[in-house]
Formats: sequence, structure tokens, C-alpha cells
Amino acid sequence: MNPFMVLIGAALVNNYVLTQFLGMCPFFGVSNKTETALGMGFAVLFVMTLASAITHPFYHYILVPLNAGYLQTVVFILIIASLVQFVEMFLKKSFRALYASLGIFLPMITTNCAIFGVTLINVKDPHSFTEAVVNSAGAGIGFLLALLLLAGVREKSDNNPDIPEIFKGFPLALFSAGLMSIALMGFQGLIKF
Amino acid sequence: MSYYKLLKKGIVDENPIFIQLVALCPLLAVTTSAINGISMGLSTAAVMVCASAAISVLRKVIPNEIRIAVFVIIVAGFVTILELLMEAYAPPAINEALGIFIPLIVVNCMVFSRLEAFASKNGVLPSAADALGMGLGFTLGLMTLGVIREFLGNGSVFGFELLADPSAHVLIMLMAPGAFFTLGVIIMVMKFYRAHRAYFRATKGGLSG
Repeated sequence: MNPFMVLIGAALVNNYVLTQFLGMCPFFGVSNKTETALGMGFAVLFVMTLASAITHPFYHYILVPLNAGYLQTVVFILIIASLVQFVEMFLKKSFRALYASLGIFLPMITTNCAIFGVTLINVKDPHSFTEAVVNSAGAGIGFLLALLLLAGVREKSDNNPDIPEIFKGFPLALFSAGLMSIALMGFQGLIKF
Repeated sequence: MSYYKLLKKGIVDENPIFIQLVALCPLLAVTTSAINGISMGLSTAAVMVCASAAISVLRKVIPNEIRIAVFVIIVAGFVTILELLMEAYAPPAINEALGIFIPLIVVNCMVFSRLEAFASKNGVLPSAADALGMGLGFTLGLMTLGVIREFLGNGSVFGFELLADPSAHVLIMLMAPGAFFTLGVIIMVMKFYRAHRAYFRATKGGLSG
């Protein structure tokens, strides 16, 4: 399949956050401010793409020939955890500016179900290596987009005195996410699979 | 603390869904019907009880610096066992509906918070009771959402047809937005109750007082 179509499909049509509920914790946890949302979004996009680029060949060239496909849960989570640690050390050493903006989000990413979920989906569906990487990049972009949009809405609505007290905070975030999810349904049928 | 109190803490006082608001991914994703919700909840509870008991046994052996990594591996091991059991014995429809959310139990923040906060500091039986309470509280949350969404979206509860007329079904409740709306309304009601708790207590729940 055309990689561009895969990218659009993962980012908009099948947005992993708003239609498949992956990565709910950071989606509601760090969407109070647009700045932090941006940092978290980019950190997820970066680690997600890298994680799929490693787990996909690992599964197909090591686990499958050894007949050990059932070990994927254990192996993937270890790969992601060590990858996150490695990325953190690398950024700290080589890219101080980037580390300053993304650093605090990296430890949280290890237990981010969006990253683990996308790597699992990539080996469950018959994706080639390119498709898998592009699919996770699209998923990361979709996550970034959804997080940023929700943060924008919450920044405005949490300071609005017209909103009743029991609506504020979590309920309003959930209703906004629901409306965003309905809006994203408009992309359905954009791509014929 | 008595075992009864440990169980009640997880199910009522510190309910992971309604009070702590953790573990939202499986909560929103699999609750299209009450049965799916219960299956997911009980699977998670089983993994939690096993992992909590195992880590409680090993708590004096695990070095403090690498405890998170050890927790992850132990939980992943139990999840793999569960995955294989589900594939062998669970009805195919349920297995399909839960899908990747079974392996995703590994990264469930509720499981980790119990291991970190309770099982790594307490004995085997209290840890198992604590995990069971939290797991049942989680199941209760999933079931509530599942019942509401299944009734509104499909007109049935636990598969029993209550509203046969398809024009009364609100299809969007079964889709992604319905999950967000249902949880939003539930949390709003909880907030309303907490804000007016004194009033409800004084009038014994009656609205006319």
C-alpha cells in the first residue's frame, strides 16, 4: 500500500487515541497546557517510530524463526523500556536543548500503552517494515494532533467562569474528546482499504 | 487492616475507575457490552492477584534500584500465561473483542500502582486481598459502563433483549464517542454527589427535604 495512505490512515482515519483508545493516561494527564502537550506529543512520536523500527524486524527475524512468537509481550516491553532509557541518555549527552524540553516526558513513556499497542498492532497486521514504520509515525502524529487540540480546548474552557463547577476538569475533557472523536468520524471512507 | 477492609478499599473507597480515574484505555475500549466489560475486568483482576502475590513473596530479594524492571517482567509473564489461556479456552467472540487489550494489561498503570504502593511492602495474603479488591473495583467500573452502553446502544443488558425496536437504539453509544460521553456523565454525577453530600445525608437521600 502507498506509504502516504498508511500515514493518513493512521493519523486521521483510524486515530489511535480517539477511535481506538490507546494512550488515554497521557491524553488526559498532560493536556492541561499546550506547551507540555507539545513536548509529550513529540516525545511519543519519536519513541513510537523508533520502537516499531526495532520491534518489527526483531519479531519477524528472531522470534518467528525460533517459534517463540508468544514471547512478544515480554520481549517488546523490554525493548521499549531499554530504548527509552537509551534515548534519554543519548539526548542528555548530545542534545541538551532537546533533552530540556522532552526529558521529563521520557520516563513516563515506558508505560505508555499507545507505544506498546502500536508495536503489537504492527506485527499482528500483515505490515511490511516500511508500512510498520510509517504506520507508527502516523499514529504518533495522530496522538500529537489529538493531544494538542484537547489541550487547546481545555486551556480555554478551564478558565471560563460561565462553565458550571461540576462540568469543569475531567468531565469537560471527556466531552471535548467525545466531540473530537465524532468530528474524526468524518474522515471515515477517505481511504479505501 | 482486616481483609474485609482491604477488599472494601479497592471496591468502594479507592475505586480505581470512579475515584482514582486510572486505567482508562481498557475501560473505554472494551465496554461495548456488559459481558466484554466483565471479562476484561476479571482477566485484569486475575493478573493483579497473581503478580501482587508473586512480588510480595519476592519483595525482600528484589533490589530496590531495578524493581520497576522486575515488576514489568513478572507482570508480563503472567499476562502471557493469561493470553495463552484465553486463546485456548475463552469464547472466540470475547477473545476477539478484548483483542490487544489483554497484552496491554502489562502497561496498565493501576497494576503498577498496587505493586509499588502495596505489594512491595506487605505480606502475601494482604497483598493478594488488596489486588483482588482493586481488581473487583475495576470490574465493577467496567461493568457499569458496559451495562449503560449496551442498553443505550443495543437495547439489551447482558445479551437479553429489553428494547427490541431498533429505532430506539442510540448507535453512537457503541462507538468511540459514546464511551467518552458515558464516562463524562458518570464522573459528573459523582462530582455532583460529592459536592452535595452533606445535603443528601441530612435528608437521607430524599430530594424533597
